[in-house]
Amino acid sequence: MNAITGTATLVRLALRRERVRLPIWVAAPALLVALQAANIASTYPAEEDRIAATRLLAANPGLRLLRGPAANSSLGALTFSDAFWIIAVLAALMSVWVVVRHTRQDEESGRGEMIASAAVGPYASLAAAVGVAVTADLVLAGLTALGLVVSGLPVAGSAATGLAIGASGIAFAGIAAVAVQLASSARTATALSLAALGAAYLLRGIGDALGRVEDDGLTVTSAWPSWLSPLGWAQQVQAFEANKWWLLALPAALATATVAIGVALAGRRDHGLGIFTDPGGPAAAPRSLLSPWGLAWRLQRGVLLGWAVAMVIVGAVVGSLGQQIEDLARNARLVELLTALGGAGVDLSDTFYAALLTLIGAIVAGFPLQAMLRANGEESAGRLEHVLATAVGRTRWIAGHITCAVVGTLVLLLVLGGVAGLGDGLVTGEPAARLITLSAAALVQAPAILVLTGAAVAAIAFLPRSAGAVVWAGLTVAILLGPIGGVVDLPGAVRDLSPFTHVPPAPAADIPAAPLLALLALAALLTTAGLIRFAHRDLALPA
Amino acid sequence: MTSAVSVSGLIKSFGRTRALDGLDLTVSTGEVHGFLGPNGAGKTTTIRVLLGLLRADSGGVRLLDGDPWRDRVALHRRLAYVPGDVTLWPNLSGGEVIDLLGHLRGGLDQRRRAELLDRFDLDPRKRGRAYSKGNRQKVALVAALASRAELLILDEPTSGLDPLMEETFRQVIREGAAEGRTVLLSSHILAEVEALCDRVSIIRGGRTVETGSLGQLRHLTRTTVTAELIGPPDTLGALPGVHDLHVDGGRVHCQVDNDALNPLLRRLTDVGVRSLVSQPPTLEELFLRHYGAVTDWPRSGEAR
Repeated sequence: MNAITGTATLVRLALRRERVRLPIWVAAPALLVALQAANIASTYPAEEDRIAATRLLAANPGLRLLRGPAANSSLGALTFSDAFWIIAVLAALMSVWVVVRHTRQDEESGRGEMIASAAVGPYASLAAAVGVAVTADLVLAGLTALGLVVSGLPVAGSAATGLAIGASGIAFAGIAAVAVQLASSARTATALSLAALGAAYLLRGIGDALGRVEDDGLTVTSAWPSWLSPLGWAQQVQAFEANKWWLLALPAALATATVAIGVALAGRRDHGLGIFTDPGGPAAAPRSLLSPWGLAWRLQRGVLLGWAVAMVIVGAVVGSLGQQIEDLARNARLVELLTALGGAGVDLSDTFYAALLTLIGAIVAGFPLQAMLRANGEESAGRLEHVLATAVGRTRWIAGHITCAVVGTLVLLLVLGGVAGLGDGLVTGEPAARLITLSAAALVQAPAILVLTGAAVAAIAFLPRSAGAVVWAGLTVAILLGPIGGVVDLPGAVRDLSPFTHVPPAPAADIPAAPLLALLALAALLTTAGLIRFAHRDLALPA
Repeated sequence: MTSAVSVSGLIKSFGRTRALDGLDLTVSTGEVHGFLGPNGAGKTTTIRVLLGLLRADSGGVRLLDGDPWRDRVALHRRLAYVPGDVTLWPNLSGGEVIDLLGHLRGGLDQRRRAELLDRFDLDPRKRGRAYSKGNRQKVALVAALASRAELLILDEPTSGLDPLMEETFRQVIREGAAEGRTVLLSSHILAEVEALCDRVSIIRGGRTVETGSLGQLRHLTRTTVTAELIGPPDTLGALPGVHDLHVDGGRVHCQVDNDALNPLLRRLTDVGVRSLVSQPPTLEELFLRHYGAVTDWPRSGEAR
């Protein structure tokens, strides 16, 4: 028996457990890249359109912060810059999730103990987890490259794109391998890895935003912070243009080094514990916790904070783009796309804001749905039993979570609109006015989101055991029939089924009260039906 | 004496599974009542109906002179509950959970909280995810026992506790009973029920099969008699109420129905007794008599 005896068996076990999720994590991003390539090819068929789009990217620091530097105007280069920034993050998330799940999460559930007591080497579970993650990243790289080749792009660039994405994933498999040794729990291990991912993204973004635009206006030389980030290294491969293969050695070296550190640390920690131990919590509860509201807020605040940070970034990017969109006005297809998404104004930048706020509003609906499913999770995990066996009524308990969901939604929309308005106003020279206009335009999205929130309350009241699937399917359908339905020209009657279809295109048009009031009434109706049912049904507790 | 809990003919089905099938249960105010039954008998389902978490299909259920479904919030101010399988919030410390649950019940005795933490040897600073099963159980126990509730509903509260802590638990429950609290203790640990309970209800397949004080229940079953006689006995087997008779020369070992004890002893003394051991039935035997020999065990699915 050696240090990694049993790894092969554990790999098979992991693949068996992930037989549904992992193929989706691998195939969906690869498919997305192929779709983006097709989309770029149809949106910018002519060279001059691509030059305009590339110039826009190159000239805008906000856009560079989000998406990375421009590197020429070929179809391939545009596809790479369009796809890499987000797909590389997805690959990294997949790696982190696989490694944490098959190491510390198993240890916490007690499964790991059973496995460790068998004839299995001390490093086998780490080896298996990293092995599965790296393999998944390589498969993702291969599928991505294949999709791009099939889309008609050059083979070398396609391979470079796939490998850049795969290498980003592999680097974070290594980082997660260290995080799972350090952190005191699986949750903190994930948080630690995600913090590293956030830092890598931010460094890459800052370096690219501070980068120098070359004289041609089409390429950007990134500043030094980009070179501190694994995502930056992979992006600098510049697929389809320079194809700097040798840069892939950097994430590979990082992965090798971090896995080696992970192995060294793994020998120094106890099963189920990290190198850092949990300092523990307070011995007594603060007053703010001692109510159903306090408990709901405590359970929801972390997720809300994450969403708020995302809204600040998205708002900053959107706000910095609005006035530059005029440069693209010559691209008729883009204007058409924005109008279909929900914009309908005379002013192009307002059309742009209306379209993007509708789209982002639909995504913000993810927060209240997540919040309501958290409440549902309290019930199915059995923790609700403690609370409802005290002098807390069911309506009072769920009202705490609904309040967090609704107030949180309004806060997120205000942050989004406020930051975008401030960014826009700094360009146009009237920050206060634009802040108010765009905050109001963002808040206009709220009634449609609240309809879905009400539907989620009804779902957890009527179908507690399958609420998660129902709620996410509902959001997907609402987005497909709403904003996306406009782009693919669905019939109006079908589109009307989505609450997002009824959101007025603010700030491009006036805000009529009637549809908003109707949406609010529907939201109230769904919520009330849910509250009544919830007060009168058996709890769905674990056996 | 009034009843803290009174249940009659309680029926509760989950889909096609009938978890409770006409269950009766009466807990008098001030008593410690043992609620016995194997896994799947319907103990937890009964308790969840009493707590208004599940709604009875039919049957009469009264709790502290109220309707456990309609008056649940008001009733819950007067009771404290410890579930059988305690899940805690992974991010909240044990101390936070104790304060939270105590406060939501309507108040916590701070002095008692400190004393119980000490007696149960529980570190309140650990987070929910870091506690072992036994320690999670202790968090719920301290939260319940530090309350001023007049009724304690405990669902297999000592699962996961070590013998030392079990002893502490018994002491604390005895103190609670001495203060006049009513306790409904669901368990399948017979020694615990024997040590603590005034009265016992035994359920099987969602139905009450036996209820009464331990003394009454013992009357329903057999005493074990072992005797050494001067000479070999004759025809003991012909006596009514004598079972499992083993005779080895002058040694006699048998079980006897309680109302057949007198004729047996008379026959033994006729022969001449050298030594005699008579053992009352243990709850264990009572329990096994109801469950052990049964082959047509009703399946009640997921419900406990």
